[in-house]
Amino acid sequence: MTTLDISAPRSGAKRSGQRSNFELYSWLFMRISGIILVVLVLSHLVIMNLLDGGVQRINFAFVAGRWSSPFWQIWDLTMLWLAMLHGTNGMRTIVNDYAERNQTRFWLKMALYTASGFIILLGTLVIFTFDPNIG
Amino acid sequence: MSVITPIGTLYRGGEGMWTWVLHRITGVSVFFFLLVHVLDTALVRVSPEAYDLIIATYKTPIVNVLEVGLVGAVLYHALNGLRVILIDFWKRGPRYQRQMTWVIAAIWFALMLPGTFFMMKHTIEAMFGSTS
Ligand code: HEM
Repeated sequence: MTTLDISAPRSGAKRSGQRSNFELYSWLFMRISGIILVVLVLSHLVIMNLLDGGVQRINFAFVAGRWSSPFWQIWDLTMLWLAMLHGTNGMRTIVNDYAERNQTRFWLKMALYTASGFIILLGTLVIFTFDPNIG
Repeated sequence: MSVITPIGTLYRGGEGMWTWVLHRITGVSVFFFLLVHVLDTALVRVSPEAYDLIIATYKTPIVNVLEVGLVGAVLYHALNGLRVILIDFWKRGPRYQRQMTWVIAAIWFALMLPGTFFMMKHTIEAMFGSTS
């Protein structure tokens, strides 16, 4: 059995300027949101794709039935926010990993935050303003 | 020639690296799907017809197969995410990380085999006649 021996960092933790715990909280957020998303997302997939008829039974009336209950409204709202923030934060990590030029990194992240902000806002509005008698 | 895996990292070479690569690819794929999925669901604010039309594409055989792929990607990302969390927080996590890889692989197959069948039951029946 090999034991894991994580060698000590070769340079001291010297940081100039402002210290911030942002990366620590973002690391923690990925784990906490992940645990909650396991329940929210996997149940969502089972309900929508497997239970009585799966995707074949989904239509406007089905959505109207679900969102007549505050339980599913809150479920979907929580899932939307957590999945989008978790996914956006994950994408931020990936951009930081691969985009080496400062400019490229900056603009990729601006595009990411714009898209995410728009989707979170749109999804939230759709859940809160849903009208079963539309059209 | 044998590949020497450096001690002190879970991430260079071997299963530890590939589980990470897959975690990253599934995370990105699911993120982009989610953007599209919120947009298609937003059509409930346009009209019942517009929403039913877009949902009809989800019921076609090709998108049905893609959906199975999406569920497989989410399930892998979720299981491996839990494995990563156990490596970080459970005292014996790092020691058992390899065993946990095989456990999540087993759970993935155990759920995906029946899951794929039931997700595609309608498509199979529509294409090849009733299964019962
Ligand atoms: C279903 C439950 C989920 C769990 C348990 C989970 C768990 C995790 C964890 C623990 C990480 C951090 C990995 C690390 O720091 O090395 C992570 C990263 C990530 N997750 Fe999730 N996640 C879940 C759902 C999702 C969803 C729904 C999305 C998409 C919207 C997503 C997208 C990502 C992305 C893009 C990353 C960054 C990957 C990387 O840095 O390599 N995850 N996930």
